[in-house]
This record gives sequence, structure tokens and C-alpha cells, in this order.
Amino acid sequence: MAITTMIGAKIHRREDPRLVSGEGRYIDDFTRPGTLFLSVVRSPHAHARIKSIDITAATKAPGVVAIYTHKDFAKVIAGTMPAAPAFVAEKKQIPPRFPIADKEVAYQGEPVAVVLTETKYQSTDAANLIEVDYEPLPAVMDLEHALDANAPKAHSNAPDNVGWDLTYIPEDANVMKEADVVVKQRILQQRLAPTPMEPRGVLAEYSRPDASMTIWMSSQNPHFIRLFLAGALGIPETRIRVISPDVGGGFGSKISPYSEDYLVPAAAKLSGRPVKWIETRTESIQTTTHGRGQYFDVEAGAKKDGTLVALKVTQYLDIGAYVGTFGAFQACACLLSTGAYNWKHVSARTVGILTNRVPTDPYRGAGRPEATHLCERMIDLLAEAIQMDPAAIRRKNFITEFPHTSHFGLVYDSGEYEKAMDKAMEIAGYEKLRREQEEARKKGRYLGIGISSWIEICGFGPSAGTAPATGGIALVESAQVRVFPTGSVTVYVGTHSHGQGHDTTFPQIVADTLGVPYDMIELRHGDTAEGPAFGYGTYGSRSLAVGGMAVHKASKKIVDKARKLAAHIFEAAEEDVEFDQGHFYVKGSPDKRKALGEIAFASFGAGLPEGMEHGLEAVAYYDPSNFVWPFGTHIAVVEVDAETGAVDLQRYIAVDDCGNVINPMIVDGQIHGGIAQGIAQALFEEVVYDDDTGQMKTGTLTDYMIPTMNEFPLFELDRTVTPSPTNELGVKGIGEAGTIASSAAVINAICDALSPFGIKHVDMPASPDRLWNQIKASRGASHNGKEARK
Amino acid sequence: MKHKVATTVNGRRHEHEVEARLLLVHYLRDVVGLTGTHVGCDTSQCGACTILVDGNAVKSCTMFAVQAEGKSLTTIEGMAKDGELHPLQQAFWDEHGLQCGYCTPGFIMAASYLLSQNPNPTEDEIRKGLEGNLCRCTGYVNIIKSVQSAAKAMNGSKAKAGEHSAAARRS
Repeated sequence: MAITTMIGAKIHRREDPRLVSGEGRYIDDFTRPGTLFLSVVRSPHAHARIKSIDITAATKAPGVVAIYTHKDFAKVIAGTMPAAPAFVAEKKQIPPRFPIADKEVAYQGEPVAVVLTETKYQSTDAANLIEVDYEPLPAVMDLEHALDANAPKAHSNAPDNVGWDLTYIPEDANVMKEADVVVKQRILQQRLAPTPMEPRGVLAEYSRPDASMTIWMSSQNPHFIRLFLAGALGIPETRIRVISPDVGGGFGSKISPYSEDYLVPAAAKLSGRPVKWIETRTESIQTTTHGRGQYFDVEAGAKKDGTLVALKVTQYLDIGAYVGTFGAFQACACLLSTGAYNWKHVSARTVGILTNRVPTDPYRGAGRPEATHLCERMIDLLAEAIQMDPAAIRRKNFITEFPHTSHFGLVYDSGEYEKAMDKAMEIAGYEKLRREQEEARKKGRYLGIGISSWIEICGFGPSAGTAPATGGIALVESAQVRVFPTGSVTVYVGTHSHGQGHDTTFPQIVADTLGVPYDMIELRHGDTAEGPAFGYGTYGSRSLAVGGMAVHKASKKIVDKARKLAAHIFEAAEEDVEFDQGHFYVKGSPDKRKALGEIAFASFGAGLPEGMEHGLEAVAYYDPSNFVWPFGTHIAVVEVDAETGAVDLQRYIAVDDCGNVINPMIVDGQIHGGIAQGIAQALFEEVVYDDDTGQMKTGTLTDYMIPTMNEFPLFELDRTVTPSPTNELGVKGIGEAGTIASSAAVINAICDALSPFGIKHVDMPASPDRLWNQIKASRGASHNGKEARK
Repeated sequence: MKHKVATTVNGRRHEHEVEARLLLVHYLRDVVGLTGTHVGCDTSQCGACTILVDGNAVKSCTMFAVQAEGKSLTTIEGMAKDGELHPLQQAFWDEHGLQCGYCTPGFIMAASYLLSQNPNPTEDEIRKGLEGNLCRCTGYVNIIKSVQSAAKAMNGSKAKAGEHSAAARRS
């Protein structure tokens, strides 16, 4: 076996020279001859009946080529948009969703009509001239009361607003009696707009002579889009090509198929011209799926010595107006709610509630940040209740035996939770921080230290677990490796890189497996016309643990065939041929060796062994035996200004373990970005709707608070390495880890800082006004508060 | 009605007739054909469209093309010289200052203005200087390192150039 030289090395990204030169090619950089520009007319109402659509004035506007509404699209789009089972196999109702509204709109931003024009600006002009007469209907905006019998219905013909109601493990009323202390908390998870810096976009060209469709779009998941569109447009997959070029971030919001993904190709087919649509930022915040949007009612009990006894979780999830394609994935918050700990008893129930907001769907972490947040909050509340140090209660209850089967039947593959926490505490200088905190309090300054020991499930996933969840297509991964006669190698993968650096890391794996120089290996992805028949896309921190393994597996098939050919050339038995660092030789004669490239050349020549086909290429599909389970501990240090409620995030320490590391620079970068998004949820971001009108109040980046460079300290990172036993590379995933861990660390730190005021829980975002109000209320109410004011 | 606009973009002169309402960013992307300048919002928050107008950093979605009449514009495509990356481009590469790369051209242009005004900025000055640009991937950690690294490289090369000229004067 080759000695590892590339795996684990800090290799600078090969995609960067083009990206720093302005030569990245994102969706809006593409055009086709004769392209028309499409604008979408959207509902301004959260819930309304469409009485009529008057296109008379718009038809006469300059540059207008066509205006299409539901009746036009109904001729070329069949069926409804998909909703996968995900973690909720049976739903109570899935409101049928067509890409464009017919009689009723159910969220602000739902498409009602599209206009096609010769130039970009004309399309916006003309869209403004389309007059839609709406009859507003009562909207479901209040999640807490949406299930009341007299609540309005998100769809006027629906019996109620229950999307699903699933109990994973029923409650046993007796178990809490075993606990000495029981804490209860409602925990909010505000709606978030994923907001990749590049909004979505679609360009489609239909060839009537070939009856084929080519689609360029900003997607994490081009093969699934092709699958969905083939069905809806009645075009075989062989005649649909989806190309997802450089993509400016996704964070989960570019997984599912969207209305425009159907409408733009359909408009190209209807008009006979290429059609392009680029989302505006306001459209993005209004109509790209949101993340989170939940609240949890949680109860946790422990013994006086800190032993965890029971956890009871109920998730109330705002599905939005339709069930997002992978929206029910977020129910995994229940399945991961026990976190890194042994609990004697657990019960969990998820309730999906239909509202008149845009659907929710996976957003970085998808259910796992919610799980960590609720678990780590409850651990701190229990620690406070029994006056135990937050680190000590964690240490007492960490899972230490692996593989560990959870209450939900999930099998944690490996972990050393205490080691990661110890390392984080050492970097933070935990004891010293506690002393500083005590000193500061005497001076009326409120320092807080927050711990978040996180775990996650990722690397989706084993076929047995994922095929039922997607409605039949198992989330395995494919790769094709082609060796050219000169020994250079092209690798095609079904994952999609949009910032994760696969162009660099996957060739690192191939270089080590084949022993071919890294510079001779090219990676291709994002074009359904290339590579194996199906690719499964990038989400759920799966690319390396599943896709990287597919690449490794295909590369090993290459070695196997090359060994056979080498044995033939050496006139030796196959089992006597060694392969080391890219060279074959007969045992005992390493001086007479042949490089893989030489064998590749020979594979295209004459005199192959009998029955051997020409060429040196292989396809592999990799089906992992389990999910993978990264973990770590993050520590946030904050100071809260009790007079203004402002939070100063002073330090942020993260010790993470994702198993073996392919490229440490890229792993650290993923963690940085992930932490930033979790902190953003903890402190800044929230999609706000007006509860009376259903109007979004945060529809631009003026109102939706994406953090700038001023908001974060330089994160302090370290890692432990506990290889995964699940795959041969020993790798796990790291794309979502930072986000999964960080909201809890920050909120725990804030609660710790405000404990002198008797404040036990703070919801997100912990904005100055929210904290100021809580501090004010506690000062008015509690003895502790009065003490604190001195 | 169309209006004549003449600009110099990355050292090349361009003359076009454009609508009065055409934004400078769309002029660069759709008329001149330089797509390295990106659009990330509708409200001038994100900074992905930042370019240099007569040496000043400008969000090119905040100007009409006609307002650029007679001006010299530098976009990301004009930063590398003779196939050599600009020190800022090199530093973003070296320090892993980008992931998806969409905000990167705007950051590099804003940073080039910052360094032209303040060749040796502190961490805090970098934060203040680039607060008009948003990145969703990096948590900004490596962007700060990139700008620091570029400043160092550029000051180094200036110091070297200084040494050369001093040496020249001595001889």
C-alpha cells in the first residue's frame, strides 16, 4: 500500500486561482444566443384567493415576448413538487404543490405569473404591469395557536394545519419521578434565511429537433434535479442535462427543487427560446427555503449528583405553506436530542405545522444544531439547578463506550468526548476564566463562559437507512476514475463542490490510492452528462465520508486491474506482484518496477491477458455501513453590558474531531464558517413576519442581519483525531460541525453571564433589546437582580 | 433614450450607448463582458460588486454607468499583471481566504483600496475597512489573515524597491 503523502497535507486549493481572478463562472455569467429574461410575479399576500390576472398592459410593454400563468404551465409540467419522507415516514397531509399558483396563494412570494422579455430590465418593468386581483384570506402565522380548532387554515380546503405528528418514543409519566431535580424550558429556534452570497438562478435551453433540455443552475444537487425534472417535463433523463457550475454557496438551500427550476425550463420549451432567471436578494430571503423555525418544549431530570435521568422533547416545527422536499429531515432534532450523553429515559415527539410562510428545509446542520442547542441548554439548566459546574456534569454523563446504540437505535461509531472537552478547556484556560468571572462580577461586569459539547450524525448514508427516507433512491455515492494512456487521471464524482474544495481534496485521496502525482489528477463534478449514471449531491456533511470513499473505491478497482496486467507483463503470478507508491514490481525485485502510468499505456496496447478488456477505468458506488459521528467541544466567552444588553463575544474556542483529516486547511475553513453561522443565529439573524398581515419585515440585507467582519473574534481552533471505524479512510464530516455547536456555546455563555440576575434562559437572537428587557424585568422582580445592580 | 458613455476599464478604453438607468455593475458584466464583479444583494449591503473608480473603492451597484463617464475603472480582472497574481489575490489563495469565491472579488477590491490608504493596517483597521463586504463562508478569519499577509508582502516589495532605488542612488 502506498505511503500516505497527500492525505493530511495542507494543499492549497487548485480552484482558487480562477476564483481570485474573477474567472469563476457562476450561473449569472452564462448566456445562450437569443436568451430571454424571466421575471416572476409573486403573491404579496401570505394567503389569498386569486380572482383574476390581467396581463393586458404588460403584454404591450417593450420587449415582452410571452407571459405565462398556471394554465400555460399546466400543459407542460406534470404532477406536483416532491416531499421526501425523510425522518417522518407518514405525514398527515402534504398539500399538493405545483410550481406556480392556480386559484390560491399560500405564502408571500409564491409565483403567480412569469414574464419573458428581450432584456433584463424590461422583465422587471413588465412584471410590474401585471395586475392580479386577490381576495385576502386569514393567514396562519402564530405557530403556537395554529393547531387550535378555530385557527385559520393554511390552505382553505384543509381540515387543519397538521403536517405530521409522530412520536418516536412515547412518554412514560413515571420516569421523571426518579429524578431529584426536573427543569422545564421552552426553547425557540427562530427562522433563518440561508443567504448564500450568490442567490439562485436558472438558465434553460430547449432543443426542439433533439427534444432535449440543457439547464444551467446554481445547485448542490444537479442529478436529483434532473431526476425530478425528467418526471415533471416528460423528458427522459438521457435528454436532460443539468450543469451546476461554480456555485456561490448553498448551505442546504440549493438542495431541493424550486418552482423556478421547473418554470424556467418549461418556459424555454413553451417559448422556443433560451430563458434565464436570476433571483434577487429580496426574492432569495422571501422564497428560498428557510431554516429552523421551531420551538421545543423540553423537560429534563437529573439526580443530585448530576446523573442524567430523563429527557422529554416535543418539537413544534413550522413547515411553512407546503412540505419542503427535505423539510422533514429537520425532525432529526428529536433523534439527536440526547447529544453526547447517557440518559436513562428519553421520549420524543415531532409535530409539523403548516403555516402561511415559505417552506422550511435543511439549512446548515438541519435539525442537529437544534438538537445540540436544546440538549446543551438543558444540561446547563440542570447544572444550575444542582449547583454543579457545567463541565463537571458533562464529564459525569459522557458516553464512553463505542459503538453506542442510542435510544433511537442509531449507532454512534466512535468518540472520545471527554478528551475534546479537556482540550478545549485547556485552551480556554477554564479555571482562570472562572476566577476572572468572579472578580469581574464584584466590579459589576458580567462575564460568561459557555460550553457546548456537540455530536452529529452525518455522511448520509447507508442505503438501508436512506432509501426509505428519500422515497426510494438510497443516498450512496458514485465515482468514475479514468486513467489516460499517458497516466493522467480524470475523476468524475456525484457530489458537488461549492466552497468545500473537493477539486483539491478528492485528488489528494486519488494521489495516495493510485500513487499518481497529484498534479496529474483532475476532478470533474456538477454536470449530469459526465460520469456515472447518478450522483447524490453535497449536503449533510456527506461528500468525504461517502463520495470520498467512492473515489477511493474506484481507484482501488483501477489498482486491481493494473495489478493483473502488471503480473501479465512481468510473467508473474498476480499474488506475487506488489504495489507501492504508484509502482508495481514482483516481490523481491523492486528495482524492476513499472509505474501505474506505464501499465495504463500498456492497457491501450496489444497483447493483453486473455479476456481482459482494453483501457483502465472504473466506476464505483459506495454504500457506507453506517452514518459517521463527529464530535467536539466549543467554548464561548462573552461579556454582557447590563446597561445596554449588548454582547461582546470575546473569545471562541473550538476543538473538533472529524476523524482522519484529508486537508487541515480546508477543515479549519469549514469550521470557521460554520461557527460564524451558528453565532449569527445566536446573536443576529431572524426572519421576521408581521403576524397580522403575513408580510415579511426582513426582506433585504438592511433588515436581515448577516454579520460583518466586526462581529467575530478570531476563532481559536484545535482538534482531536478519533478515526471512524465506518470507512476505510477513517473519515467523518465537518461541513456543518461549527454551526451545530456554536449557537449553544454562545447562548450558554450569555446565560452564564446573566445568572446573577436570576436569568436562566435566553432565546435567539440574543439581541441587545431582548437582553435589556430580560435584565430590566429581572431587576424589577428578583432579589438576585437587586443584588446584581449594586 | 440612450446615452454615450466612455470609460477606461482595466486600462482599455470602452465606448457604448446605454440606458440612463443602467447600473455600473450591469454595464461591466453585460456590456463590457467582465463577469468577475458580482451581484449579491439589491441594497448595496454585500459589497460583492466593489470595484475601483479612479482609485476609490465603490460598490458598482450604487452608480449608474453614465456616471462613470470619463472615469478609470479597475475590476478584479485588472488586478493580475503579466500573468502574475496581485499580492492580494496571492494572499487570499495562500491563506484560504475564500471558499465559494463569490464575495472574493469584492473583498479583494475593497482591500486594495484599504491598503492604498493604509499600507499597514491593524486587525481592527482591517475590520473597519472591510465592514462593507459580506462573506458567508469563511467567518472572516482567513480574510483578515489574507489582508495582513498581502500588506506584509506589498510592504516587503516596496521596501525592496526602496533598497534598489537607494542602491541606485548610491552608485
